Amino acid sequence: MISGTLLLAQLLNGLQYGVLLFLLAAGLTLVFGIMSFVNLAHGALYMLGAYAGAIGYEKTGSFVAALAIAMAATFLVGLVLERLAISRLYRRDHLDHVLATFGLVMFFNELARILWGPQPYFVSVPDALSGTVELFGFNYPSYRFLIIGVGLAVAVGSYLLIHKTRLGMLIRAGSVNPAMVGALGVNIGLLNAVLFGLGAMLAGLAGAMAGPILSVQSGMGEPVLITALVVIVVGGIGSVAGAFYAALIIGVADTLGRTFLPMLLRQLADRSVADAAGPALASMLVYLLMAGVLAWRPQGLFPAHKG
Amino acid sequence: MMPVNDNPETSMARPCPAHRILAAAALAAAASQAPAATIGFLAPLSGPIAIVGQDQVDGFMLAVDQLGGKLGGQPVNVLKEDDQLKPDVGAQAVRKFIEKDKVDAIVGLSFSNVLMAALPRLAESGTVALATNAGPSPVAGAQCKPNVFSMAWQNDGAAEAMGKYAQDKGIKKVFLMAPNYQAGKDMLAGFKRMFKGTVVEELYTQVNQPDYSAELAQMQAVNPEAVFVFYPGGMGVNFVKQMRQAGLLGKMPFYSVFTIDGTTMPSLRDAAADSISGAMYDAALDTAENKKFVAAFEAKYKRLPSEYAATGYDAAQVLDVALRKVGGNTADKAAFAKAVKAAGSEFKSVRGPFKFNNNNLPIQNYYAFEVVKAGGKLVTRQVGVPLPEHTDSYHTQCALK
Repeated sequence: MISGTLLLAQLLNGLQYGVLLFLLAAGLTLVFGIMSFVNLAHGALYMLGAYAGAIGYEKTGSFVAALAIAMAATFLVGLVLERLAISRLYRRDHLDHVLATFGLVMFFNELARILWGPQPYFVSVPDALSGTVELFGFNYPSYRFLIIGVGLAVAVGSYLLIHKTRLGMLIRAGSVNPAMVGALGVNIGLLNAVLFGLGAMLAGLAGAMAGPILSVQSGMGEPVLITALVVIVVGGIGSVAGAFYAALIIGVADTLGRTFLPMLLRQLADRSVADAAGPALASMLVYLLMAGVLAWRPQGLFPAHKG
Repeated sequence: MMPVNDNPETSMARPCPAHRILAAAALAAAASQAPAATIGFLAPLSGPIAIVGQDQVDGFMLAVDQLGGKLGGQPVNVLKEDDQLKPDVGAQAVRKFIEKDKVDAIVGLSFSNVLMAALPRLAESGTVALATNAGPSPVAGAQCKPNVFSMAWQNDGAAEAMGKYAQDKGIKKVFLMAPNYQAGKDMLAGFKRMFKGTVVEELYTQVNQPDYSAELAQMQAVNPEAVFVFYPGGMGVNFVKQMRQAGLLGKMPFYSVFTIDGTTMPSLRDAAADSISGAMYDAALDTAENKKFVAAFEAKYKRLPSEYAATGYDAAQVLDVALRKVGGNTADKAAFAKAVKAAGSEFKSVRGPFKFNNNNLPIQNYYAFEVVKAGGKLVTRQVGVPLPEHTDSYHTQCALK
C-alpha cells in the first residue's frame, strides 16, 4: 500500500506546507522573541497579502508583480499598524496584547468582507505553472515547486540578513537583551517598527503564494496562524532558524500523519472505528508533538541564544 | 392582528406615547381588510458561509418584490436574524420570532444543526416554519412535525442522485471524500445507498482543512475510476482548485454535491470544468419558470442564483399561495400549516416538479449538471435526471400522513 513514490510525494507535500508555515512563523517568532509581543493579527496580515496578491495579479497580469505588490502592501500595513496600535502595547502584559490583536483580527476580517464580499476571491494559477511535473511516474503540481523554491530562498535570505548584516546583528542582540540594545543608543523604536513590517511582509508573501491553491476569503488566516504558533513554540521563541526547522518538522509530521495514521489504524482496529478515529488523531498530532516538546525542552528545540 | 408597520426596528427604538399606541390600534382596526404579514427570516449572514445565507434572503426578497411587496395580497414585513451557524444563537432567534415578534411564519432556519436546535420550540408553538437549507433525517423521519416544512431537500437526496448516476454510468471503483462531521458522513452514506460498485477508499478530512495535497497524492496512488466528494463553501474552492492543479480533475469522472454551485463557481471559474454535480436546482435548468427567475435575479443582484436562492424564492411563492388560501388569517396555525402543504403542489417551482411528501419534505427531481468548457466559455448543462420525483428513504418512519 505504501509505495516509495507515494512517500516521496507526501514528503514533498510536507516540505511545501512546511515552507509556507515558515514564512508565517518567521515574522511571528521575531516579534514575539524580541518585542515580547503576542500578535494574533499575524493571520490577518496573511489574509491581506492573499487579497493584495489576487488583486495585483488580476490588474497587472504578472505573478511576480503581484507578489511584489502583496509584500509592499503588507509591509506598509505592518508599519502603520505598529506605529498606531502595537507600539502602544509593548509595556502592557500579554493578556492585553491578545485582547488588542484579537480585536484587530475581527476588524480586518470584517473589513475584507465589506470590501470584497463574503464569496471567496478568484485567483488563478500562473499559466506557466498550471501543469504538473512527472516524478518517477507520479504527477506533482508545478506551482507547489514554486512555493518550495520561494520558501527556501526566503530561508536563505533571512539567514544572510540575520548573520551578515548590521540590521541582523541588532535583531540578534535584541532577541537576547532588548534593554541593553536600547541602552547602547540604538533606536529601538525604529528597529521594532522595521522588524514588525518585515514580519508582516513575509506573512503577506505567504498569503500571496497561497492564493492560487487556497480560497481567498475573510477569516482564512486564523487556522494557519494556530499552526504557526505551534511552530514557534516547537522551534523556540525568537529563533528564525528554529522556526525554519520546526516548520519543516510540523509540515512533514502533519502531512504524513494525515495520510498514514488512518492506514495504520485500519491494520489495528475495525474499519469503522479507524475511519472515525484516524482523522481525529491525525489532526491532534502536531499538538501532541508540541506538548511533548514543552515537556521535554520547554525552551523549544532550537532556542534563540544558541543560533 | 399585527399593526401596520414598515420599519419595526425604528419604531421599537423610539418611546411610544399612549396616544400613539391608540392611534396604532385604531389604524390596525381600520386596516383589518389588508393586514400585514410578518415573516421571520433566519439565516447564517456572517462568517465564511455568509454567501449561502445571503442567497436565501436575496431569493426570498426577489419574490416578495415581484409580488409588489406583498404575500397573499397583504403587505409583508420581513425580519432578518443572523444565526452565525451556531445552534444556540439560532434557537434564541427562533424564540424571539415566536414570542416577541409573533411572526406568521419562519423561513430559512439555516443548516441542519441550527434547525435541530430550534425544532422543539417550533413544534411546541405550531408556527409554520419553512426550511430553505436543511432537511435532516430526524425531521424527515420519526421527528417530523405538521408545521415544519423543508423547501430545500432531504439532506441525502443529491448524494443519492450522484450514487445512482455513477451506477448508471457503469463505474466500478470509486474514491470518496468528505469533511469529518455528520453531514459529510450522511453524504457518503447517501452515495453508497445507490452505488453498488466498490468503494476503494473513503477518506474523512478535518473540517475547514485548507490543503488537500496529501489526500490527492493518495488518490493518485489508488487510481480510482471516479471520485465523489462533498466539500461545501470555501473547502470546495480549495479542493477543486488543488485537484485541478494535481492534474486529476479531467482525468477521471468527478462527481460532487454542494461543492460546485452558484456560490463557488465565481471563485473557481475554469478550475470547475469537467465536473458533474448532483442537485435539485441549478441556474442552467431549462424550465420557463427558471428562465424568468434567473433573468430577474441576475438583473437585481448581478450574479447567478444558486440552489439556496432558488429555495428562498420558492418559499416566498409557497407562502404567497398559502396566505391567499387562508385569507391572511394565520391565527389558526394548524389550518395555515395545512394551506402551506396544499400550496406545495399548487405553486410553480423554478426547479420543476415539486410537492410535499407526508413528512413535509419535498418530492422533487434530482438532476446531474455538467460544467464544460465550450468555445472558450464555461457552460453548465443538465446531463440527466438520475432520481426523478424522488422521495426520501425516511418518510415511512414519519407518523404524519
